[in-house]
Amino acid sequence: MRLEKDHDRCIGAGQCVRTDPRIFDQDDDGLVKVLIDRPRGTDEAAAHKAVFICPAKALSIAQD
Amino acid sequence: MTNTDIDETSELVSFPIQRTCPFAIPPVYTKFREEAPVSQVVLPDGGKAWLVTKYDDVRAVMSNPKLSSDRRKKDFPVVVPGQNAALAKHAPFMIILDDPEHAEARRPVISEFSVRRVAAMKPRIQEIVDHFIDEMLKLPRPVDLNQVFSLPVPSLVVSEILGMPYEGHEYFMELAEVLLRRTTDEQGRINISVQLRAYMDKLVEEKIANPGDDLLSRQIELQRRNGGIDRPQLASLCLLVLLAGHETTANMINLGVFSMLTRPELLDVIKADPSKTPKAVDELLRFYTIPDFGAHRLAMDDVEIGGVLIRKGEAVIASTFAANRDPAVFDDPEELDFSRDSRHHVAFGYGPHQCLGQNLGRVELQVVFDTLFRRLPDLRLAVPAEELNFKSDALVYGLYELPVTW
Repeated sequence: MRLEKDHDRCIGAGQCVRTDPRIFDQDDDGLVKVLIDRPRGTDEAAAHKAVFICPAKALSIAQD
Repeated sequence: MTNTDIDETSELVSFPIQRTCPFAIPPVYTKFREEAPVSQVVLPDGGKAWLVTKYDDVRAVMSNPKLSSDRRKKDFPVVVPGQNAALAKHAPFMIILDDPEHAEARRPVISEFSVRRVAAMKPRIQEIVDHFIDEMLKLPRPVDLNQVFSLPVPSLVVSEILGMPYEGHEYFMELAEVLLRRTTDEQGRINISVQLRAYMDKLVEEKIANPGDDLLSRQIELQRRNGGIDRPQLASLCLLVLLAGHETTANMINLGVFSMLTRPELLDVIKADPSKTPKAVDELLRFYTIPDFGAHRLAMDDVEIGGVLIRKGEAVIASTFAANRDPAVFDDPEELDFSRDSRHHVAFGYGPHQCLGQNLGRVELQVVFDTLFRRLPDLRLAVPAEELNFKSDALVYGLYELPVTW
């Protein structure tokens, strides 16, 4: 799986960072930064949770 | 797609629906969610709106770009008499704008409330919490926790973020309290709005003359660089941050303290392990979902929500409270359970308007609960719980007073 972000949609709520700060961060503008774009193992569940919880639908998962 | 039959002869339920118990959701919400999760209700001015009560449907409403938040539109539902007229006294708050205007207004400020920025504020929040506890300990007991602690803490935090002098803050708090009262009439609401506007205009002028290291000064500088300072817009931004950032947090402090004092097994959870406080905070947010009025929208086009056709020009109310008690998403939702993972609640809303200050609110609540119960291990209610005065007539649920002793 591959995590994709959409800065046009991101509203900087930070829900993804709260879900897992190892996978997500916010840049200087407060917009999402994906730190691990190919999460594996337990990170996969966190990535799915972040996609679900994002209020702006700014995250998605693409299958390779 | 079906359009739910509306029997014009049957009496529609009136909205807003008042809470009668601090814990249980009014049964009418549950009945709606189970039997007709997208149903028409009647508003105080006789207008009608679709009330949406399921979690998935509430998220669908709040993220649908065809459902407008723009209260300047003629057919926008009037749930609070005078509210739309009062809002017209200000440059539009970002919460009443639709994208792309909304995004333009929100973008410059989102970094001010990022997870990282809020984490950096934590030491100062801790100092503020300790300061107000020190002051409280000097007072004769019992005290009203709301007045001496729950309101002052978030008020000082948010005024420091904006760069607003704390003096004169009581004036602001008084006005805001009247504005948030459900019983305030239309003219009262408009008068208060004019006074608040004047107060904020003055603050903006003072900051332009004497900038500091604060949100307002940074916004002024950013706008100056981008071609010109929009004073009315900055006044609205400050007012929004202040209004959204103090009373809401105060209500959650009071409700959280009340919950843990009356249910010691909940308090034991965070006392035994403060790393559980963040989870407890989200569960308290889910359980109480204090904005009683939900989110209001106006359909700009025909939209289907939960299998029901909502026609262009019709009003929609998404009940975040009912959504957060949806058993399809939260097991045993009527239970306040600190071991639950409730991070996906919609107490801060959902969609592009989700609360800008949510990370700040969470950190404030975490610091407050951890510090208050650590420093005052004998904290207890000073009156029987059944005598407490809950805000069932306000726009935001909470407690009018919380008499405590130790």
